[in-house]
Amino acid sequence: MFRNVAELIELAESKKCKIADIMIEQEMDVTGRSREEVTSFMDRNLTVMEEAVLRGITEDVRSHSGLTGGDGKLLQEYIKSGKSLSGDLMLDAVSKAMATNEVNAAMGTICATPTAGSAGVVPGTLFALKGKLNPTREQMIEYLFTAGAFGFVVANNASISGAAGGCQAEVGSATGMAAAAIVELAGGTPSQAAEAMAIALKNMLGLVCDPVAGLVEVPCVKRNAMGASNAIVAADMALAGIVSRIPCDEVIDAMYKIGQSMPSALRETAQGGLAATPTGRELEAKIFGIPLNEK
Amino acid sequence: MKYKSVFDIIGPIMIGPSSSHTAGAARIGRVARHLFGRKPEFAKISFYGSFAKTYRGHGTDVAIVGGILDYDTFDTRIVDALTIAKQEGIEVSMTEEDAVTDHPNTARVIIGDKDGQIEVVGISIGGGKIEITELNGFSLRLSGNHPALLIVHNDKYGAIAGVANILAKHEINIGHMEVSRKEKGKEALMVIEIDQNADEVIINELNSLPIVQQVVKIHD
Repeated sequence: MFRNVAELIELAESKKCKIADIMIEQEMDVTGRSREEVTSFMDRNLTVMEEAVLRGITEDVRSHSGLTGGDGKLLQEYIKSGKSLSGDLMLDAVSKAMATNEVNAAMGTICATPTAGSAGVVPGTLFALKGKLNPTREQMIEYLFTAGAFGFVVANNASISGAAGGCQAEVGSATGMAAAAIVELAGGTPSQAAEAMAIALKNMLGLVCDPVAGLVEVPCVKRNAMGASNAIVAADMALAGIVSRIPCDEVIDAMYKIGQSMPSALRETAQGGLAATPTGRELEAKIFGIPLNEK
Repeated sequence: MKYKSVFDIIGPIMIGPSSSHTAGAARIGRVARHLFGRKPEFAKISFYGSFAKTYRGHGTDVAIVGGILDYDTFDTRIVDALTIAKQEGIEVSMTEEDAVTDHPNTARVIIGDKDGQIEVVGISIGGGKIEITELNGFSLRLSGNHPALLIVHNDKYGAIAGVANILAKHEINIGHMEVSRKEKGKEALMVIEIDQNADEVIINELNSLPIVQQVVKIHD
């Protein structure tokens, strides 16, 4: 069993296989299930992700509070106008990441990757890259195992909980996971995947969890958008041969320690950050019907 | 290692909006339901930390009640769980606690009927994964991810051997085991995570041990 990214890369390189294969084998080992059972279970998760993306970019999804919904779809229409500045692939990933989180905010069905609040980044990037790299269904399933392998290390050595480690532990982890999986899907090496994860996560360090009214909506949906774009940029950098000066495992450890020193007001309590802005408080009062002066 | 499966990371499939505050809460409620073993008549739920501050916005309230109704994380009935509980005659009350707990996402669930009740404390540690940290005053650590046996017994020599012998005879492998007691020589609790589901024959055999007071099983 791998305990950190260094061991994961070492295993993949010595066996001359993909990171996805290492994760699949470990899962078979831990659960006693066959390869077919393990991959078909992941196939089911992939289907849920696909349905959430599709729903978010085609339907008028609205959350109960009315704070979020419709932005993923809006961005798809903008892409069609041909005016996009950052590129169609980039905006497609951003749109699909937001779409997933909008469905989540509307209490729709999603697959947590690694959490519900950060569920947009991994599928958003995958379904945008699908158009460019034309992966097989099997490769798309592998993408999720690769992302899962990196998430597994973060969850065990740091945290994937916003209440424990802030948004860096949620969208930050998802961004690193997606960056690594993109590299592998694009044909990069296991160590390039680790570099991409390190680069992506470094740029998410310190991100606080400050949801307005305690809802997984503002700023969560748009943080998934930025996570998706950050993941693609980090993957491109790693594929170009750029390495992180700080090794991936040390970045993960830094994230953990930053999370531990974050005040509780910035860890999913809706007491600080954007939640505590005048507009944040106003929205909260409106949604829950509580007079502002009692907050 | 807290997380053992890749599906703790890529998964669960669930109703939004929060894996820790919605899916995790549903799982805590559902473990409580399985431990109680039948539909309760009342549910008293206390929220601590982040749960207490944000439970309305995250649907923690509907999710935990959904779990008590035995719904899985992806069951769309969760959205209407409070109404359904009312229709089914379950009296639900919720309180926001100020006390500081070890984990920021903590819930205490007391469910019961005229014949008895159980008290469960659960924490939601991220990504929908939970641990049960207290049962009827006993400290324990139970993930709810594997089949498990909870055995209330007298704190006396031979208890563990007696239970282990029966499991060995039926070729049931133990994955994780913990024993705790409130006081030396009094009531004790054995928590055994096993690799296979235990059938009624095994439960009856365990119940027939003189040292055993009660056996509860949790299915995969």
